[in-house]
Amino acid sequence: MSILIDDSTRVLVQGITGNEGRFHTGRMLEYGTRIVAGVTPGKGGQDVEGVPVFDTVSEGVESAGANASIIFVPPAFAADAVLEAAEAGIALIVCLTEGIPVHDMIEVRRYLDLCGAKLVGPNTPGLISPGKCKIGVMAGYIHKPGPIGIVSRSGTLTYEVVHQLTGLGIGQSTCIGIGGDPIVGLSFAELIPMFEADPETKGIALIGEIGGSAEEEAAAAIAEGVTKPIVAFVAGRTAPSGRRMGHAGAIITGGSGTAEAKISTLRQAGVRVAESPAEIGALMAGAFAD
Amino acid sequence: MRIHEFQAKRLFAEHGIPIAPSRPATDVEEAVAASEEIGLPVVVKAQIHAGGRGKAGGVVVATTTDGVRRAAERLLGAPLVTHQTGPEGCVVRTLLVEKAVRAASELYLGVIVDRARRRIVAIASRAGGVDIEETARRNPDAIFKEWVDPMIGLRPFQAFRLAHRLGLSGPPARGVAKVVVSLCRLFREADCSLAEINPLGLTEDGEPIAVDAKLTFDDNALFRHPEIRELRDLNEEDPLEVEATSVDLNYIKLDGNVGCLVNGAGLAMATMDLIQHAGARPANFLDVGGGATAEMIDKGFRILIADPDVEAVFINIFGGILRCDVLAEGVVAAAEAVDVDVPVIVRLEGTNVEAGRAILGASGLAFRTASDLREAASMVAAAVKEGS
Repeated sequence: MSILIDDSTRVLVQGITGNEGRFHTGRMLEYGTRIVAGVTPGKGGQDVEGVPVFDTVSEGVESAGANASIIFVPPAFAADAVLEAAEAGIALIVCLTEGIPVHDMIEVRRYLDLCGAKLVGPNTPGLISPGKCKIGVMAGYIHKPGPIGIVSRSGTLTYEVVHQLTGLGIGQSTCIGIGGDPIVGLSFAELIPMFEADPETKGIALIGEIGGSAEEEAAAAIAEGVTKPIVAFVAGRTAPSGRRMGHAGAIITGGSGTAEAKISTLRQAGVRVAESPAEIGALMAGAFAD
Repeated sequence: MRIHEFQAKRLFAEHGIPIAPSRPATDVEEAVAASEEIGLPVVVKAQIHAGGRGKAGGVVVATTTDGVRRAAERLLGAPLVTHQTGPEGCVVRTLLVEKAVRAASELYLGVIVDRARRRIVAIASRAGGVDIEETARRNPDAIFKEWVDPMIGLRPFQAFRLAHRLGLSGPPARGVAKVVVSLCRLFREADCSLAEINPLGLTEDGEPIAVDAKLTFDDNALFRHPEIRELRDLNEEDPLEVEATSVDLNYIKLDGNVGCLVNGAGLAMATMDLIQHAGARPANFLDVGGGATAEMIDKGFRILIADPDVEAVFINIFGGILRCDVLAEGVVAAAEAVDVDVPVIVRLEGTNVEAGRAILGASGLAFRTASDLREAASMVAAAVKEGS
């Protein structure tokens, strides 16, 4: 088992004829992901890496039976791409685009909540169920199938944690980047209960950062009844207030959203929080040994 | 992106939010002429991006032409130090000369994005002129909010309800409600991340007037607002940060002694935390991004080294899309071109890591390579100790 995606997931790539879309379609196919369709408006009828290209998402859904999509579309058009996928009935939409205006995402998220589609991202490397399916741009080879579910607001910091775990012989069930933007789709608080319900997942790693209240909401969800061991790291203890630290969502405003507040709330919910990013893997191994 | 008060007030006027007659001035004679045109008494206000100007002496009421002259002479060209600027302050290059307004009462009005609810929220309080965070701490019950459903926008009844909760009725309530509607419209149309009127004055006649104005914009939406992008004032930004932005690097200057160059924002923050955990202090945040080229790495490295406080450099890369060999080429090119007299610790992992390590090793430069984060942390600690 894994959550959200497995070897039966049928993926459609939005923006498949662009440089990034084309390149990563190849990498995902290599990993074994079932990519059944691609979409670029005006370029229907071509194929990319043997994948048929359609003009619209609804055609891709009808002709190829896609049930998930990954979006490689520039920021100005990405919100529309998410809405097109949702309207076409795609159940899981993964949007990698960095730089989508916040006001666009407010409207998108409202529509998704009404129609029930799930969104991962935006501003995410995507998600992977090692050995089964990769919908994203992470390097597949650092992962290993196993018992840890990972949820993260970061890209390369997640690779770091995966690398530490794999090095210790601990594999992963599903790794999800929820995105570094202020408004995203699936949250920590929604994903952690899915891991709790997944029989294959035995432990959870949460990688948070400054800004917003996603970690606090996660702590509330955890306190409500998550029994699996959880290890966390919150990046940004040394970040100054009022500055955006790379991710649009990573900003301390008016004294709220600090790493200290998040760490203490997570600890109160029983989460083991690593003091240093070098210790996350070892802390997870320790949680398992107990 | 931030803009100045005088620029924000222009946008207010375009959106029907009442302001007092005012004119910006960049020299003393211009300030005097502005005050004569507007009519005394006036308020002379230093235009810098930081808040807390009033308490720092950057806002002066002048009842005579001579008073205007003295205020302008004192403020223009000098740094103004407020609780938000840091000890070096911020040089005043522009003044706003504004008709003095007698406010019978002062309110707070702000609009932000509520991330937890994923909606725009309008916030109001009777405590005008006070930071909203301070009001939230001292008297949270005195803050009133209305959330905006993106499907239907802010409705008039919500704006009126907000005014009503502030204890207003009759024409003043209608006037304030109209300002709430206009501010929310401006917030949405201009892709703001913050719109604040603090204080919103109410005259003896109950007319609202925006005494101060603060607008910040979502950088990600500037592509569709060329007219707002033009309001950017590079004088208000750190020159190293401006240089980094011009080559698509994300650099923030901090006050520590270990410079760091990292790919990815989360790993960059974690690296800063690691440096602090090792007993040193990060000198900067620098995210070179996933698609960095050798040129960008070269440029980023030079920006790091240009900071005189840097006693050691830590390069931490987890190669994914950014390949380790590309990173190594960039670092070697930069280190060969500039005189590096501080220890450089490099930790590479991920895509093409062997090729990257080989390039560093063959360069003949004295890089210290760490095999994992734990080792890197102790090397950083050791390097800083050597220097002191």
